[in-house]
Amino acid sequence: MYETTYHRPSSVDEAAALFSKGSDSKYLAGGHTLLPVMKQRLASPSDVIDLGRIKELVGIDVSGDALTIKAATTYFDILQSAEAKKTIPAIVHLTSVLGDPQVRYRGTIGGSVANNDPAADFPAAVLALGATIKTNKRTIAGDGFFKGLFSTALEDGEIITAISFPIPAKAGYSKMRHPASRFALTGVFVAQTKAGEVRVAATGASQNGVMRVPVIEAALKANWSAGALDNVTIPTDGLLADIHGSSAYRANLIKVMAQRAVAAAG
Amino acid sequence: MSTIKLTVNGKAVSVEVEDRTLLVHLLRETLNLTGTHVGCDTSQCGACVVHIDGQAVKSCTVLAGQAAGANVTTIEGISKGDELHPMQAAFRDNHGLQCGYCTPGMIMSSIDIVNRHGGKLDEETVRHELEGNICRCTGYHNIVKSVLDAAGRMKVAQAAE
Ligand SMILES: Cc1cc2nc3c(=O)[nH]c(=O)nc-3n(C[C@H](O)[C@H](O)[C@H](O)COP(=O)(O)OP(=O)(O)OC[C@H]3O[C@@H](n4cnc5c(N)ncnc54)[C@H](O)[C@@H]3O)c2cc1C
Ligand code: FES
Ligand code: FES
Repeated sequence: MYETTYHRPSSVDEAAALFSKGSDSKYLAGGHTLLPVMKQRLASPSDVIDLGRIKELVGIDVSGDALTIKAATTYFDILQSAEAKKTIPAIVHLTSVLGDPQVRYRGTIGGSVANNDPAADFPAAVLALGATIKTNKRTIAGDGFFKGLFSTALEDGEIITAISFPIPAKAGYSKMRHPASRFALTGVFVAQTKAGEVRVAATGASQNGVMRVPVIEAALKANWSAGALDNVTIPTDGLLADIHGSSAYRANLIKVMAQRAVAAAG
Repeated sequence: MSTIKLTVNGKAVSVEVEDRTLLVHLLRETLNLTGTHVGCDTSQCGACVVHIDGQAVKSCTVLAGQAAGANVTTIEGISKGDELHPMQAAFRDNHGLQCGYCTPGMIMSSIDIVNRHGGKLDEETVRHELEGNICRCTGYHNIVKSVLDAAGRMKVAQAAE
């Protein structure tokens, strides 16, 4: 790892001010993506600004029709949350199959969403539930947030403060875990909103990162059941093909994971 | 360079390290606590697991600065003098190690697993919970046996306290 200067601010405003002072600053939350990348010398920030100890960035609450999880809340805290279990159990399930116990103690929802790894789990929940991303500058609709591999609508220095998930009528998540990394070989999040809209997002499958799956949405809109997907064909255009699986394999996984997610959603 | 104050195995320490120092290197190189191992460079093997404020984490993926002010426990800090921690004793009795490289991390993770699940552990849960720790020798069978055995011993020890 190259040399860097570590800062531990105690407020969002202080963090943003430190960020703009550094020549090539990076925020650090759980560090479970950034530190491995720095160890490989693929990133060498001049300044590392730790968001993990900022109290205003940690916490989970339910107000009105939404479950709001602040950005530096760890996966472990999400798993412990009675509010999350009661309102959107699919999010708790997603968290329980993310990484391993040690990763879940440190990794944060904000880090996952800001990083937008094409095989990460939380981007699928954000897109399928139609969540909104709150930052220190504005509110961004989940639909316009993810911009392809590892890139998002965030501007340089912008801090995610919270993610707000509308509480759905039904939701489920199912993923085929990569046996070594635990990331999604393909994961599918299905949701039926309280207004009756069906939204489905797949992660780990597309060359452009997380995506909606319109053919599955249409089939589930007509008939919300796993069986309704039996005859659906997922186009292979733009799907990932690598040593772990061909694009046809991933297309099939999208369907099978969607069926399991619907069964889990009830 | 920064001065970092933290508590390691119950003792207050204050050390000066470069900001890029990982917690595992502070422990091994500055404090000479070489029981904590480094087995990979990818945050996947769990040989480096220590407890930070009671939570089992991979110390190769934490900056020393992130641990400032925290209470860190390593494999050196769990026995009571010559009396092994029940998890250590169970690993010895059940032949839960061969080369021993993964063992400190296995033990620190396993203590955390028992702390979280109490006596309600079954084999499937132990296997699932050990996903962040890799062992290249044992085939895991005796590790799982050790953890289940220790869960019983730790319950008895707690009841006695
Ligand atoms: C062994 C292992 C297995 C894993 N398995 C999975 C898995 O199965 N599924 C999965 O989804 N992920 C997995 N991960 C990744 C893990 O979830 C990461 O912790 C997560 O992607 C990043 O969160 P973090 O808090 O650690 O972020 P960091 O590493 O601290 O930061 C990541 C990036 O986000 C930026 N950032 C962080 N917080 C904010 C914020 N609030 N506002 C703006 N920018 C911010 C940082 O600047 C950095 O660029 C795994 C990681 C490891 C090491
Ligand atoms: S050395 Fe830390 S996980 Fe391998
Ligand atoms: S005993 Fe050798 S790696 Fe586990």
